[in-house]
Amino acid sequence: MAGERPTCLQLTGIGKRFPGVVALAGVDFDLRQGEIHALLGENGAGKSTLIKVMTGVYTADDGTVDLNGKQYAFKTPQEAVNAGISTVYQEVNLLPNLSIAENICLGREAKGAFGIKWNDVRARAVKALARLDLKLDVKAPLSSLSIALQQMVAIARALDVSAKVLVLDEPTSSLDAHEVEQLFATMRKLREEGLGIIFVTHFLDQVYAVSDRITILRNGQKIGVWNASELPRLELVSQMIGRDAAVLESQGTASLTTETSTPFLTFEGVGRKGAIEGVQLNIGPGQVMGFAGLLGSGRSETVRLIFGADTKDSGNFLLDGRTIQRFNQRKAILSGIGLCPEDRKKEGVFPELSIRENILVVYQAKRGWLRKLSLPKQKQMAGALAKDLGVHPPDIERPIQFLSGGNQQKALLARWMAVEPRLLLLDEPTRGIDVGAKFEIMSLVSKQREEGRSFVFVSSELTEVVRTCQSVLVMRDRKAIKTLTGKEITEDSIIHAIAEDSK
Amino acid sequence: MKKLPPWGWAVIVLLLVLLFNLVKTPGFFEFHVRDGRIYGSLIDILNRATPVLLLSLGMTLVIATGGVDLSVGAVMAMTGATAACLIAQPTNSPLSSINVHQSIPQIIVISLFVALLCGTFNGMLVSWLGLQPIVATLLLMVAGRGIAQLLSNGQIITFQFPAFQAIGNGGTLGLPNPMWIGVIVACLFGLLVRGTALGLFVSAVGSNPIAAKNSGINPGRVKMVAYVLTALCAGIAGIIGTADIQAADATNAGLNLELDAILAVSVGGTFSNSGRFSIFGSVVGAILMQTLTTTILTRGVSADATLIIKAIVVVTVCLLQSPEFRNLFSKLGSFVPKKSGGVA
Ligand SMILES: Nc1ncnc2c1ncn2[C@@H]1O[C@H](COP(=O)(O)OP(=O)(O)OP(=O)(O)O)[C@@H](O)[C@H]1O
Ligand SMILES: [Mg+2]
Repeated sequence: MAGERPTCLQLTGIGKRFPGVVALAGVDFDLRQGEIHALLGENGAGKSTLIKVMTGVYTADDGTVDLNGKQYAFKTPQEAVNAGISTVYQEVNLLPNLSIAENICLGREAKGAFGIKWNDVRARAVKALARLDLKLDVKAPLSSLSIALQQMVAIARALDVSAKVLVLDEPTSSLDAHEVEQLFATMRKLREEGLGIIFVTHFLDQVYAVSDRITILRNGQKIGVWNASELPRLELVSQMIGRDAAVLESQGTASLTTETSTPFLTFEGVGRKGAIEGVQLNIGPGQVMGFAGLLGSGRSETVRLIFGADTKDSGNFLLDGRTIQRFNQRKAILSGIGLCPEDRKKEGVFPELSIRENILVVYQAKRGWLRKLSLPKQKQMAGALAKDLGVHPPDIERPIQFLSGGNQQKALLARWMAVEPRLLLLDEPTRGIDVGAKFEIMSLVSKQREEGRSFVFVSSELTEVVRTCQSVLVMRDRKAIKTLTGKEITEDSIIHAIAEDSK
Repeated sequence: MKKLPPWGWAVIVLLLVLLFNLVKTPGFFEFHVRDGRIYGSLIDILNRATPVLLLSLGMTLVIATGGVDLSVGAVMAMTGATAACLIAQPTNSPLSSINVHQSIPQIIVISLFVALLCGTFNGMLVSWLGLQPIVATLLLMVAGRGIAQLLSNGQIITFQFPAFQAIGNGGTLGLPNPMWIGVIVACLFGLLVRGTALGLFVSAVGSNPIAAKNSGINPGRVKMVAYVLTALCAGIAGIIGTADIQAADATNAGLNLELDAILAVSVGGTFSNSGRFSIFGSVVGAILMQTLTTTILTRGVSADATLIIKAIVVVTVCLLQSPEFRNLFSKLGSFVPKKSGGVA
């Protein structure tokens, strides 16, 4: 093609093996200057591994990496950064107790005669954030920010150095629509500046919104590369999952309405200082209730109160019609409530423990420490659950940290399926999960709902909310502002409720 | 290549030290039978390893939950003093009001009760008050010896009580009693940890305390159990020590043994907050520590050098356990033509 931009990053024949797993085999990949290149594939396809190979976290077993015509063999991420490849990894790895400024400048602080020049560091951090149109108090600790903003800080950190290639591994999974738009604007701006950007995501809308080209991986192999404008959506999904995408569509579930009998859980004006105020809600058996709202609107906080991770300071909390005074996670689990937390890495997984142990830990905690489940039974049960949820690879004795991000999420869902809770709180359960698995989880939810189990479903993806929920609680500014039920639930009505000016 | 278990390196190094002795120390692997007891360097090592072995059993769980217990040596001194005072009934001891009429079960139960109190105290400081384990247990490490002094009224208490002494220096079926006690307690520990879900809960709390809470585990309670078990083990070690020398010395009993126990645990492949621990590894670690000591002493090296050599071995094993270090090492050796392995 004439006028084609020059290639800046070229990977040839990349292979990477882990004990028992071939993560990548003979993968070619090329990135041009000034393009946004989407890297797509199912959970465990090898996207993160490919990125880690090109950024020096792993050394490839086979193949070569060329940057601007020069061959490199990065041994450390720092070497890749020096050569001009900046990366935001899938799992945000910043230091929560340090300030925002320190996180952005860590390892490259300006040093003067009297140690670190803090004013310089702060000024640089402010500038880096300004590039993302963000204004934050850079002296505040990182942990004071929502995950979304932490993600933006991670991006700002990567942008701080003069990069030629920017790699973003699922950067948008915790951002809301507005923040995603902001990020895309930044990406487009950087593209104009001639940067090559690699972008991993499971949101297909986003793929079409910004990318120029698309590379698809499946089972560690490259399936092909397309111009985004020439690859229809259905075709893309089929290429990713390796079978006809139409099958998935038929699995989508229509929402049925059930008249609610006595509610399982009731909140009467429940509040907690600094988190939520006066929340009313009723969840009946067999009901899926969605929580919609912007990030920081109090959805996760409400979920934490229901699970006993936080305690209320006002209002009434009733379970099966009985008032609950003191509540904690253990009591919640014993009364049949479960939580899949939003921050999987911090609050969910035990990285060093095996997939089997990760799946069965709640089941075992519920049985008590004396009644240990025998090993053969554990293997059988965890194996069956891992298979049901499609955890891949299915070797349940490996530490969970070696699973890809989306597969870790599936294992956490399996953990709750093991105890069959009466009410399962799902806080962004589909984050980082590929299209196929999303449908599977949604159909699992609706199947279990028919058996009388209830769910709370927090998601920033309104399509999912509309498809699965019988009622939707719309939250804004830490208050529940509206409950939509049955036919009232449409994407438009939810957006309206969120955006309505508080009167 | 199959991955080496966490205790693999400790076993390898232990075998190397034994091999060294096979070649260099004549008579190291010999056994003699005298008065119905078996004697020999190996038996001696296992016998002497018992106190550290007992301490390291409990310490394994404490370290696995992200803590450390510095007070074990002091707890040994306290239980030892308690037992000695109950037997010798010295005047002016606060314990002299309790007369157990030389009933060994009662002596043991009361002494272990003291240990239990210590463990509960540590556990409360760590899990309820949220103190740093190092600080919390330092408290009892320092104050514990003072309490032991108080119990024994500032004297070294000696006694003559053959039936009790047998716990420390008698033998059963030809083998020394402390060794039997070590073996039995280690087996009970293994059973407790693997036969119940306690092991899983300890791993979970060590790996990610927040996730453990969200899974219905009470991290405070798990930590409490770990500190109580550790103190009980220290109590048993303290009783053996007192019985062995027929005396209680509040200042020196179990001195510095907390360090040996921590080293034994690390050598055995258990690390703080790694979510992985190995009771077997700690047993091997404790035996390795004692084998080193005995080897060095039989070779006539001065006792001061013992510490240095021990330190070198501990550091080496810990380095070998770290994948980063092994990578560095294999890179240094990469001029050796590498065979490209097939798919594992
Ligand atoms: N450090 C590791 N040790 C062993 N296996 C690993 C390791 N890292 C990744 N794998 C395996 O390699 C395969 C590819 O994983 P990768 O993380 O690249 O997937 P991904 O495409 O990023 O998936 P996701 O969308 O879920 O993030 C998976 O089967 C995974 O289990
Ligand atoms: Mg990934």
